[in-house]
Amino acid sequence: MANMSLTKNPMPSQDPNVRNKNFDEVALGYTEEQALDEAQRCLNCKTKPCMTGCPVMVHIPEFIAEVAKGNFEQAYQIISHTSALPAVCGRVCPQESQCEKYCVRGKKGEPVAIGRLERFVADWHNAHATAAPEKPASNGHRVAVVGSGPAGLTCAGDLARKGYEVTVFEALHLAGGVLVYGIPEFRLPKSIVQKEVDGLKALGVTVATDTVVGRTITVDELMEEQGFEAVFIGSGAGLPMFMDIPGVNYKGVLSANEFLTRINLMKAYRPDSDTPIIHPKKVAVVGGGNVAMDAARCAKRLGAEVYIVYRRGMEELPARKEEVEHAEEEGIIFKTLCNPVEIFADENDDVNKIRCIKMELGEPDASGRRRPIEVPDSEFDLDVDCVIMSLGTSPNPLIKSTTKGLEINKKGGIVVNEDGLTSKENVYAGGDAVTGAATVILAMGAGKTAAKAIDEALSNK
Amino acid sequence: MFRIVRKEELRPTVTLYEIEAPLIAKKAQPGQFIILRVDEMGERIPITINDYDPEKGTVTIIVQTVGATTEKLKRLNEGDCLQDFVGPLGKATETEGKKKVCVVGGGVGCAIAYPVLKKFHDNGAEVHAIVGFRSADLVILEEDFKKSSDKLIVCTDDGSYGRKGLVTEALKELIDAGNQYDEIFAIGPMVMMKFVCKTTEPYGIPTTVSMSPIMIDGTGMCGGCRLSVGGEMKFACVDGPDFDGHKVDWDLAVKRNQMYRDFEMHKHEETCNLFKKEAE
Repeated sequence: MANMSLTKNPMPSQDPNVRNKNFDEVALGYTEEQALDEAQRCLNCKTKPCMTGCPVMVHIPEFIAEVAKGNFEQAYQIISHTSALPAVCGRVCPQESQCEKYCVRGKKGEPVAIGRLERFVADWHNAHATAAPEKPASNGHRVAVVGSGPAGLTCAGDLARKGYEVTVFEALHLAGGVLVYGIPEFRLPKSIVQKEVDGLKALGVTVATDTVVGRTITVDELMEEQGFEAVFIGSGAGLPMFMDIPGVNYKGVLSANEFLTRINLMKAYRPDSDTPIIHPKKVAVVGGGNVAMDAARCAKRLGAEVYIVYRRGMEELPARKEEVEHAEEEGIIFKTLCNPVEIFADENDDVNKIRCIKMELGEPDASGRRRPIEVPDSEFDLDVDCVIMSLGTSPNPLIKSTTKGLEINKKGGIVVNEDGLTSKENVYAGGDAVTGAATVILAMGAGKTAAKAIDEALSNK
Repeated sequence: MFRIVRKEELRPTVTLYEIEAPLIAKKAQPGQFIILRVDEMGERIPITINDYDPEKGTVTIIVQTVGATTEKLKRLNEGDCLQDFVGPLGKATETEGKKKVCVVGGGVGCAIAYPVLKKFHDNGAEVHAIVGFRSADLVILEEDFKKSSDKLIVCTDDGSYGRKGLVTEALKELIDAGNQYDEIFAIGPMVMMKFVCKTTEPYGIPTTVSMSPIMIDGTGMCGGCRLSVGGEMKFACVDGPDFDGHKVDWDLAVKRNQMYRDFEMHKHEETCNLFKKEAE
């Protein structure tokens, strides 16, 4: 008999006023009892609507059925059959707009907590599994993967399982891409990313860090000189965008990318790190996406009073609802329906004030969202000593400018067909390098699609 | 890991390191830079390439000891390894098609000026060089400069070696003496580059500078290295490091570079104290 409770088992979490002073993980994960109880809320629908919402098609009802029976390792095997990074997805996927959105239980009450169950299963496996995955026999084909973020790791994992000899090239000193430089420790512990990368290495994947494709070596050289038969480009998004307003270059104005990289990749919040970070007293984070929430919550943990400045309303925030709720609980102040117009600084060029103007929502624009319009004469000032711009990124020119015959669209993204194939033979691409800034799971989906296409192309050779 | 195959103390605070990095050595061009990290908790610092040997597979950098990271670097010896060494980053300096150029180097910036100067020379340009140092005990690479230039002027601030005075004075004299330069290339402390640009601007001589702002990844991700050039935002790591010096907003660049000065001074002191304790 299914558990007919209308609500999910709540996620055990650190108290907001404790966690906003540390970098430890916020959500603590289900206990076995909670997982068993939650799994019994699944009706095991024959039509599996949840699966249609998953970009990597995890066999959701099947894995939940195993959880309900207490077969946690079996559940893990089902998830990992289609997802390369279960412990990551269970934490950072926007389940509310994917699998859980289609859950039948959500029609009356809350959907099954699919994401929390996925996380439970992955963590259980990581804590209990003893045998390392076996390295499959080589099929003799060599594939290069550019970038070790979610797209690259997924593509590499899928190919390695089929016996391909895969080398992943990473520009930074650590593998993981946005999972290590962007998403903070308190949302995705770096030890989990490391475990996933180690898992790929056990499958035979080589990870070459400190290698900037486009500079240290080019895509053409990988194929012509290094003998790779196919290349997958998952190099991620790129140059951070800044507002074109006076004062944007003052000291204390930085991109969310820079702020988060200093904290996450370089561990600048730790006293033993050599990387500097500003310890602001009052911060304005401009933007309303997940990255803005991450930056705001990091700034809070460094001891600052933090405002989110967003030009639309609370309802329109592009960030996940859960992230917004967490931020609110932790004491982040939301200044919605306002937009910066100028940044001021003292005689040393250190930021001391941001001037904003109030906004109201007008008619829907091309994106279907109501367009924010300035309210005349409604300027007001916020005293801040730091402004963090979290406005998205524009594509990195490095690979397109150094790869012959790679077609780029108007926005600078790499053009691909439905298989992830670019305009260049045997060169595939996916993730933010193609779409512009999007989610971890969409990038993984693209890595998966490309891996399948590469396998089909090379195995028929 | 990247092995130090040669370490040479050029001056008490200026050290040359030749690093084993075959892929970078194969690709490096004058004007490009690398990013290195000394150890696991180390910061990433950009340093412009001094020399490279594709056959031997090595890249040479010259580093002035100014802070915690460069202090730690100095503690390493031949045979030791750097945690990370990545590059070559940035665009190469354009050195072709010039008939006559003047290269102006300041302090440890001369380490970077040298490969650029050599390339101008190898490409057939007549090369004049002006190099400036604070005092005699900081002069580096004089022989190298002499070999690859048609005229070399060494200046020191205190007059303890060469001619006393600033590089800008020597530059102005050369221009006033009728030398027709296609281009001036300046590399050194920001203040020096700023005044070289101020000197050449009235003459309308194209002046290229090599910028070294704060950066982390060096591949266009963090935006820390942004500069205002001709009113446009530019990223030194992917758009540079070379820029038209007459268009750079110098006051802004100088101030932005001091963003973490307090932290850096504190960290340097902390590192020195640590080394002192170890020595005791």
